Amino acid sequence: MAEPVVHVRDLRKTFDVPEREAGLRHAAKGLVRRKKREVKAVDGISFDVASGEIVGFLGPNGAGKTTTLKMLSGLLYVTTGDARVLGHVPSKREREYLRRMALIMGNRNQLQWDLPALDSFELNRSIYRVPRRQFMETRDELIELLDVEDLVRKPVRQLSLGERMKVEIIGSLLHRPQVVFLDEPTIGLDVTMQRRLREFVAAYRQRHDATIMLTSHYMADVEALCERVIVIHHGRILFDGDLAALSETVAAWKTIGVALENGSVGDLSAYGEVIHRDGDLVTLRVPKAETARVTARLLAEQDVLDLNVEDPPIEDVIELVFAREAPE
Amino acid sequence: MSTVPASLPEAGRVRSWVDFYLTSMRTQISSQFQYRAAAYMYLLGMVAEPVIYLVVWTTIAEDSGGTVGGLTAGDLAAYYIVWTFVRNMNLVFTPFGWEWRIRDGELSGWLLRPLHPIHYDIAGFAGSKIPWLLFYLPIAVVLTLVFDPTFDVRAAEIAVFAVAIWGAYLIRSFNQGALGLVCFWTTRVSALFSLYIMVELLLSGRLVPMTLMPDWVQTLAWFLPFQWTFFFPIETLVGDYSNTELLRGLGMQVFWILVGIAIFSLVWRHAVRHYTAVNN
Repeated sequence: MAEPVVHVRDLRKTFDVPEREAGLRHAAKGLVRRKKREVKAVDGISFDVASGEIVGFLGPNGAGKTTTLKMLSGLLYVTTGDARVLGHVPSKREREYLRRMALIMGNRNQLQWDLPALDSFELNRSIYRVPRRQFMETRDELIELLDVEDLVRKPVRQLSLGERMKVEIIGSLLHRPQVVFLDEPTIGLDVTMQRRLREFVAAYRQRHDATIMLTSHYMADVEALCERVIVIHHGRILFDGDLAALSETVAAWKTIGVALENGSVGDLSAYGEVIHRDGDLVTLRVPKAETARVTARLLAEQDVLDLNVEDPPIEDVIELVFAREAPE
Repeated sequence: MSTVPASLPEAGRVRSWVDFYLTSMRTQISSQFQYRAAAYMYLLGMVAEPVIYLVVWTTIAEDSGGTVGGLTAGDLAAYYIVWTFVRNMNLVFTPFGWEWRIRDGELSGWLLRPLHPIHYDIAGFAGSKIPWLLFYLPIAVVLTLVFDPTFDVRAAEIAVFAVAIWGAYLIRSFNQGALGLVCFWTTRVSALFSLYIMVELLLSGRLVPMTLMPDWVQTLAWFLPFQWTFFFPIETLVGDYSNTELLRGLGMQVFWILVGIAIFSLVWRHAVRHYTAVNN
């Protein structure tokens, strides 16, 4: 079996966070003795990611997703445990490793603010020691994929958030990293721009056989890109597997959307839990095992114009996973 | 995809470094040219400091019968005109920069790159001196016409000066870089940096030529890095150093550069473990 590209075993990260009560008295006390609290940001996680895989890393704010990516990219030292990426220990921050990976964060600005992005690309070329011919090929390919020919010639400060994100991503991928950590890459972008970036990530992965780990609060990102998800909460992994299996495992129901003949909508609570109603359109939640029987009954007993059976939205499923875990 | 740790290609390593430094300097020069008005205002601010010293010491010299501590008004004019040039050349990325870089999370971007950020700072600030010098040259001409400096310069002194200003730049880069790394522990470094600047003002020749200081201060300063960043480069042009003294000065600069690199590297190894990558 091929060695995993990302190998994580019992990884932990704790932070000592200073804290105090509000007010001058407590501020003065802090001068003499500072109170600290130990926060377990990542609490013993283990997983492997195979070459070419694209894995969604899901969890609410403060779950430990970004901390994990920062440890895997070498930004943070691990407290205990073992992390290896491409055979390297990330915290050693070996140049050989840094040249083969990228961490892209949606809110970071790595480009020269006053200059056109092309100048920053050139600087990155020299930093990553990319041969000029390869650099030109990659740069032109990425510019074409993201359709930013005009933008790369404008000073970065004059670009909108979405435009800047696109050129930031190009700057981060010019060295053709084999492993890409994407932390909220579509944050703050409009729907069109989000879709464009998703297509780009998929295309990059396909062209360069890259291994990608992605965090996002937008389930559309995860559904469009990831076959596998790792759900993390309070620094612990709650689920690791296929996105489809997550729904199967966690959600014990399906939703049935029914459009009825005009004016024929009565009380449908006998079929299942009515979770939404808009005129003649009704959405029911029914136990998985009952789905076929309820569907047959609806078709037989009601004037149905249209009917569809769906798994619950992934947002609901994820919420359910978090709700299952006992709060700390 | 290979998971075996890869090695950097050995061939062309030196060429890669040269390529990075030149590219980085070019980028910085381009950045500087974006803000011409700011550059001029910055220069005016920078010229104000030596002009004040110059006016004060010239007045004292004239009131003391033409000299002060053996320096004529012309000598003092020469000292402070070269001072301005040296000051521009030894400007470095300050601990305030490190403070901002760490607190703002901007350092994360640099830690992810296969190059230590100090290289970027050294290359970037070296590049930014070129437009500053272009802006400064007309000001230097005006200062020369107004204050009538006394220069008696040998070719060897010019050659040593050309090297010494870069030596001064590297000493200050590593000293202030090491000081900036304190931000990994404290987040705020301004008090410590103010103390550093105070000591530098007194022991470097920045405030007054070292020859005007008491003997014991001059002796103390000789054993510290500060005077090799101001007084020595200035004196190579305006002083009367023998070739031996010039070479000894360069030797001291090399020594303090090596000490600076050693301290910076040692502190960095420990400091980076404390990085919490906040904000980014």
